Amino acid sequence: MSLMKKSVIELQSLIQNKEVSVKELTEAALAQTESVEEEVQAFITVTKEEALTRAEELDNADSKEGALFGIPAGIKDNIVTKDITTTCASKMLENFVPVYDATVVTKLNEAGAVSLGKLNLDEFAMGSTTETSAMKQTRNPWNTAKVPGGSSGGSAAAVAANEVAFALGTDTGGSVRQPAAFCGIVGMKPTYGRVSRLGLVAFASSFDQIGPMTKTVADNALVLQTIAGEDRYDTTSATEEVPNYVAQLEGNLKGLKIAMPKEFFGEGLDPQVKEKVEEAIKQLEALGATVDEVSIPHVVYGAEMYAVIAYAEASSNLARYDGIHFGYRSPNAKNLDEVYTMSRAEAFGPEVKKRILFGTYALSAEHHDPLFVQAQKVRARMTEDVQNVLNEYDIIVGPSAASVAYDFKAQADPARSRMDDILATPANLAGIPALSVPCGFVDGLPVGLQLMGKHFDELTLYQVAHAYEQTTKFYEQQPQLAGGANA
Amino acid sequence: MSNFTKEDVQYFADFARLALTEEEKAAYAEQLQQMVELTAKLKDVNTEGVAPMTHPLHRVNVLREDKPADLLDREEMLKNVPEHEDGMIQVPNTF
Repeated sequence: MSLMKKSVIELQSLIQNKEVSVKELTEAALAQTESVEEEVQAFITVTKEEALTRAEELDNADSKEGALFGIPAGIKDNIVTKDITTTCASKMLENFVPVYDATVVTKLNEAGAVSLGKLNLDEFAMGSTTETSAMKQTRNPWNTAKVPGGSSGGSAAAVAANEVAFALGTDTGGSVRQPAAFCGIVGMKPTYGRVSRLGLVAFASSFDQIGPMTKTVADNALVLQTIAGEDRYDTTSATEEVPNYVAQLEGNLKGLKIAMPKEFFGEGLDPQVKEKVEEAIKQLEALGATVDEVSIPHVVYGAEMYAVIAYAEASSNLARYDGIHFGYRSPNAKNLDEVYTMSRAEAFGPEVKKRILFGTYALSAEHHDPLFVQAQKVRARMTEDVQNVLNEYDIIVGPSAASVAYDFKAQADPARSRMDDILATPANLAGIPALSVPCGFVDGLPVGLQLMGKHFDELTLYQVAHAYEQTTKFYEQQPQLAGGANA
Repeated sequence: MSNFTKEDVQYFADFARLALTEEEKAAYAEQLQQMVELTAKLKDVNTEGVAPMTHPLHRVNVLREDKPADLLDREEMLKNVPEHEDGMIQVPNTF
């Protein structure tokens, strides 16, 4: 089996046993990237020289300490990296070079990871196909005529195409889980606060979380335990201890109580996706779990709550791009007001502008209470619904997305989009952890099973997903790309 | 609001400091109208006595020691400023 097809955990043992040097592995990753990038277009910036220098440093180091020592990684380009351009796939930050590393990047560095560069996304993470990127169009490695999902489409595609052994994505309303599902990999949105957001360019601050995207569940657990934990520079990071997930992966599903909300299987869900997810749930039953159908009534307002609250938070967060302190400044502006209005007009794309405008509307005096505060109250009711279910059950299951990956520039199907939001947003609204694990294929495209858990109980999600993965081994199937395959 | 007009778009664009063309205003009027109609469904939910949820994590008074430290380099930071002179950020005349 070629090197880059291996999991992080397999690569880790090859490095530790000196069967492969960090330089060899880094070169293999760069070679694979060079051979498939023309088709996949996952990277905004490949930091080849930096990666090779780093690999040499690690090979010359006295010890090979570090959970991710020598492992090739990719970082979504809305996570800041010192001295390496961080664009958010926006013309606004096209030339922005951060002066510090995000906490997650510092932690990856301390753990010995080797970054290959920065991965494409929807502009400012606003979208679910990676098509709103101002930089390039990332393609799904399983079928390059299809979208990779989004907003972490570059991260998902790079992992699926074996360009990197793992990647970091970010999830505000499904942006790790849905592209993970579309590209046939494992994606975790941790509990809100589990991972520091210092250095994550803010979109909707009460939703955003950074999460690992990997080929296997064990890899995912390893990356999460490396990046998680309290950060004194992020007051919204949680103080809860970070467990050793990897050491406790082998769980017994006997007696596990699973809730299956009927709202997750309603109109808009592709019937073939539904079938695959139902098969997966039967598999969990076969492993010893009990499954009950439940109702989480207010999740049906997922799309509406998300549109109001996330866009409102975005309109506030994106006010910082004023054309003055950093980022794009319009060369056509003749006075201060034009510096603001024209810089923003020229550098933000249409989706970002739409969200800013609607967020501004939702926060305006007239609409603030009846719309914005009302959405926050519905959020409270939905969270209570979710808590009630999680008081009785260990996890909640459903599809990760309403369909498999679709064509570029596909006309949005309103029922499907609505179901996508019903599936994606509850975890962000309630702040609970949620994971997508591959559960089969429809027309040669991967389907994702979503597991949601109690606050700070990522461990149960990993145990269930790991047990399921061991019986199905969908990760053994990999996409066939014309340029790649032989890294 | 009944129908979102181009004037309405302009009204909110002014708050958001966004210059928009006539075509953009027409397109956003339509899109925002759809958003307004979509999100109107939230008003059907009975939320009497429910406190708004502003955040999923409940930490209060998160403080650390107030110790000065050199975290960021001024020269490095100025490299990202579109226009500056003598360490000062430049803007067009404001008077």
